[in-house]
Amino acid sequence: MTALIEIKNLTLKFRTDEGLITAVDDVSFSLNKGEVMGLVGESGSGKSVTAKALMHLNAKNAVYSPESRIILHTDQGPVDVLSLTRPADLKIVRGGAISMIFQEPMASFAPAITIGSQMVEQLLLHSDMTKARAREISIEMLDRVGISEPARRFDQYAFELSGGMRQRAMIAMALSTKPRLLIADEPTTALDVTIQAQVIDLMLDLVSEFHMGIVFITHDLGVVAQTADKVCVMYLGRVVEEGPVREVIRHPKHPYTRGLLRALPRLEDLDAPLIPVPGDIPSPLERPTGCVFNTRCTEFLGDICRLRPPAETWVDATHRVSCHLHDPEEGA
Amino acid sequence: MTTDDILIAAESLTVGYPIGKGLFNRSVLNAVNGVSLSIRRGSFFGLVGESGSGKTTLGRALLKAAPITAGHARYSDGEVNYDLATLDGAALKDYRKRAQLIFQDPYAALSPRTTVRDIIAEPLEVMGITRTRSDTDDRVREIAAKCRLNLEHLRRFPHAFSGGQRQRISIARALVAGPRFIVADESVAALDVSIQADVLNLLKQLQRDLGLTFLFISHDLSVVAHTCDHVAVMYLGRLVETAPTRALFAAPRHPYTRALFSAIPSLDPDDRGRGQRLTGEIPSPLNQPTGCKFHTRCPHAIDQCRKVEPVLETSGDPSGEGHAVACHRWRELMETVPA
Repeated sequence: MTALIEIKNLTLKFRTDEGLITAVDDVSFSLNKGEVMGLVGESGSGKSVTAKALMHLNAKNAVYSPESRIILHTDQGPVDVLSLTRPADLKIVRGGAISMIFQEPMASFAPAITIGSQMVEQLLLHSDMTKARAREISIEMLDRVGISEPARRFDQYAFELSGGMRQRAMIAMALSTKPRLLIADEPTTALDVTIQAQVIDLMLDLVSEFHMGIVFITHDLGVVAQTADKVCVMYLGRVVEEGPVREVIRHPKHPYTRGLLRALPRLEDLDAPLIPVPGDIPSPLERPTGCVFNTRCTEFLGDICRLRPPAETWVDATHRVSCHLHDPEEGA
Repeated sequence: MTTDDILIAAESLTVGYPIGKGLFNRSVLNAVNGVSLSIRRGSFFGLVGESGSGKTTLGRALLKAAPITAGHARYSDGEVNYDLATLDGAALKDYRKRAQLIFQDPYAALSPRTTVRDIIAEPLEVMGITRTRSDTDDRVREIAAKCRLNLEHLRRFPHAFSGGQRQRISIARALVAGPRFIVADESVAALDVSIQADVLNLLKQLQRDLGLTFLFISHDLSVVAHTCDHVAVMYLGRLVETAPTRALFAAPRHPYTRALFSAIPSLDPDDRGRGQRLTGEIPSPLNQPTGCKFHTRCPHAIDQCRKVEPVLETSGDPSGEGHAVACHRWRELMETVPA
């Protein structure tokens, strides 16, 4: 398999009135072509900020550490995304090689412009096709994502579509430029389960058809189990565990991953108590020292967790975890 | 089940909104259409369905916050008996103390410029329940403690709190006036799973400790399965199936209920693409299908379904609290199509 994007030592802070706030802390992972990666964690874990960094899309007050690298492999060779500054170069990445879909499709379409002209605008921006051809491709894409009467929908506004339909139109727009990587930020969270299932099926079909990679951001481990090849669990800006989806869900190593799975209501066992992860995610202004999860950990080992950040341990060739419980040097 | 156990009994409850202007094209949109259900005292009653199924409107009608245009909803808590359809004046004011709502979004539900103490105290002051400030403070502290908020929290403003803590503040505010009946509308939907479990456990504990009755509206079936005693499934303003939770999850009868179940993403990665997918979306209530409202999406629809609307039938269940379903074909489907 060929690598599509490699994230190396990504550290990202935001300059604010209260000082520098760490949002992403030394995150590394990579994604191959045709692979779906689930990025999991609760609000404040840094998953959306990480995803936006892939397009160099964070706000002006974002400060990347000098070691941070994001390498995107394109047909023209590798591109160092973070070194791009000129709008013309960034265009290659944003909406070109990488597209993004969001949780709330109503907020992503301009309300006073038809869906069609927004789709055409994007195609014209990223290629030198004619307007007529762009229209053809857009209608084709709307049809492909299962929107009935695509030619009529093309001339409608976002508010005229239902929630599920809007999310499909959004996917059609994101995929019309044939990106190599699709970033999907909670794309099904606002949808009913029935529509969620349709959208998930659609996305998986499209991955195999276009052979692109997907970074699927979600807090729903069920959705991850149904879509992802591998999972990356984040907490307070750090990757605490990463591995193949079966491994992580069946044999979770990090206490946080285990906690998330325990908190999930399961249909197989209605008597099982729901066990919350105790406490709340700390404010990024009060980042714990040592292991970032030590304030909520149920398997807290004492001073070592409070003082020393855990090193990354490889459970096997593809499964890694950052926790003192699994660090062979601790002899735990 | 005797009638004494029933807190709320809805009979053919209909909620309609007038739409259209002018003399000749006036019509009525029925968001809830002829719903009958009974909620037992002290139970956790779940209401599920897609967006547009009318579950929120039904919840509001039972709080007398949506116009009941036909049918009845009787409330009886042992002290008072009201028919919500005709409730007004002093009785309505009294009902407001007995029935409360917990909202979905804890970020939108709390005023950012009011301290937590004042947020929780407001219902007491508005309803004139307490006479003195120290009375109010006592009540606020008592309910805050039950919702696991401490005294220091009461002095702060909502922005200082996380989603889970905010939802606990909303719960405290809803409970401070000592209600008997709580409508929780998607009250955990906006929370992370790690926090969601905590809030659900709190709601269950408060229900037991304070003897409350909950109408728990949710689109998340796994959450409903874990918290509710009884579940009702709605589709396009109608009740299509209702049953004790265990019976419903063990053997769902209505094709819609079955489709909802099969759409829940399984935690087993080897279980992908299983089950039937529901195609299409819920129709507009302005343009309702004839016959069974679900026939446009039902894989088992036959001619009868397109012509005749099925009634909710309680089938061979003498206890009367059992499983009811509105489908012409459920019996044969139970035998021929595995759930």
